[in-house]
Amino acid sequence: MSPILSISNVSKTYTSGLQALKRVDLEINRGEIFALLGPNGAGKSTLINIVCGIVTPSTGKIVADGHDIQKDYRQARFKIALVPQELATDAFETVATSVRLSRGLFGRPVDPALIEKVLRSLTLWEKRNDKIMTLSGGMKRRVMIAKALAHEPKILFLDEPTAGVDVELRKDMWNLVRQLRDAGVTIILTTHYIEEAEEMADRVGVISKGELILVEEKTVLMQKLGKKQLTLQLQEPLKTVPPELADWNLVLKSDGSVLEYTYDGKAERTGIPSLLRRMTDIGVAFKDLNTHQSSLEDIFVSLVSERK
Amino acid sequence: MSSEQQILGFNRYGVWAIFRFEMARFLRTAGQSILTPVLTTSLYFVVFGSAIGGRMSEVGGVPYGAFIVPGMIMLTILAESMSNGSFGIYFPKFTGTIYELLSAPISPVETVLGYVGAAATKSVILGLIILTTSTFFVDIRIHHPIAMIGFLVLTSATFALLGFITGIWARSFEQLSFIPMLVVTPLTFLGGAFYSIDMLPGAWRTITLFNPIVYIISAFRWCFYGTSDVGVEVSMLMTAIFFLGGLVAVSWIFKTGYRLKN
Ligand SMILES: Nc1ncnc2c1ncn2[C@@H]1O[C@H](COP(=O)(O)OP(=O)(O)OP(=O)(O)O)[C@@H](O)[C@H]1O
Ligand SMILES: [Mg+2]
Repeated sequence: MSPILSISNVSKTYTSGLQALKRVDLEINRGEIFALLGPNGAGKSTLINIVCGIVTPSTGKIVADGHDIQKDYRQARFKIALVPQELATDAFETVATSVRLSRGLFGRPVDPALIEKVLRSLTLWEKRNDKIMTLSGGMKRRVMIAKALAHEPKILFLDEPTAGVDVELRKDMWNLVRQLRDAGVTIILTTHYIEEAEEMADRVGVISKGELILVEEKTVLMQKLGKKQLTLQLQEPLKTVPPELADWNLVLKSDGSVLEYTYDGKAERTGIPSLLRRMTDIGVAFKDLNTHQSSLEDIFVSLVSERK
Repeated sequence: MSSEQQILGFNRYGVWAIFRFEMARFLRTAGQSILTPVLTTSLYFVVFGSAIGGRMSEVGGVPYGAFIVPGMIMLTILAESMSNGSFGIYFPKFTGTIYELLSAPISPVETVLGYVGAAATKSVILGLIILTTSTFFVDIRIHHPIAMIGFLVLTSATFALLGFITGIWARSFEQLSFIPMLVVTPLTFLGGAFYSIDMLPGAWRTITLFNPIVYIISAFRWCFYGTSDVGVEVSMLMTAIFFLGGLVAVSWIFKTGYRLKN
């Protein structure tokens, strides 16, 4: 099946001279939930804003559901909705007025029943006649989501939908995203929370310093993330890993004074007790040990350094 | 999908949504929106009509009180069109809600129709309120009513469009009010709103002829009283050219993303 969104060779240099994106290529599959991860300033929002028409790309081509986003901007944008990272609302207007405006802007006829459905799904129905400025921050974010859903998009961008949102609302949001996916909407979201990507995404992309450094099925990435490391500070440095310990695929570091064992932290048997027993048997003594789980941050760092 | 088909031609739902949204703000404060021009008009009549009119009974055969009505309407129309036109687009820029407009399947012309259409409509309503209020103070006969309405609409639209461009250009509220306050209103006062430029001494008269608003007020006065300081056709043509020039500027703005996009 052809991708619903194809981004090729997209770069962006802001007028300040800062290069925010470097030749990004990415294809999004129809109906998937794609999570874009990356540290602050990596270029996630820039990429999303380019696809949505808010930022002009310096190079590259983007096709959304068969329509070039620049040449056929109407048809392309007709299918795309965005919930931006920053809270920006029509503070002096009511929830309903603001949501109706969105629907009209995106070329859809007035449909009170649909607006009611959207507002109810975000528990905003009771607030529909309230001015947006009287709502809490979390409520305002829901209004922004309602505005995006009011025009029934096929492709939905959520730029950090759960930033500054309490646990309960976050769960609600996850459910909503799944419902949308089940209804056939393709969703691209950004997040800093690895558990969010783990919970929701089908695929994950990692972006760092403007480069898309990894695109992977979530399950594969989670395996990498599940890896833990055991570090053993040896009494006496070793020249090589003793053949008796070959089963554990150990790595010798710091001029032979450190042994490192990588294992699956989620596995039933880690292999640690047997390793330590064997080491005692053959007389390799250690003075200290610690274990360490690679975080998303570590993965970023190792991916970035691998590329250098 | 039918709305998908129709959007390829013209996003009428989008234009209507913007228009309605903008008008709603005006109607919400309808009391204030209507009371202000009624009060100002009455004050102008008291100050200019009575105080000055007492000494100066007629200008070019028209009683002074009636003579100032077209200028007074234009004074409000020009200022209101500009500030409504600029505010409508500046405010979303200021609050950040402009993201939605930029990501919507709506063309520059449609966007302008919505925003400028709403701003111009408000002005035309205000103009008609002032005209109605004036009839309580003086006798007004309109020689060319259709031309009067047409010119009222054209001028409102032109200045709303200029306002719209200022709104995109402005980076602060100070800049936003700069052009209406420091350029348009003074030029309107100096543009013969309350006097005929024939009454000025020679040198001043020549300088005044460089003020485009002189032509607008003159043409509008012609619609009422059939006399004008300058050529009416030229005035109307110039206003129309201004309007088209504004449209070209807006197309360029949206194409390049000037002060709208990064
Ligand atoms: N309008 C702008 N002008 C100049 N530089 C910008 C602009 N917007 C973003 N940048 C820069 O581009 C880089 C990428 O920013 P972007 O907002 O895309 O990052 P991000 O991945 O979304 O970060 P975060 O997780 O903090 O939201 C940053 O270095 C940022 O400072
Ligand atoms: Mg961001």
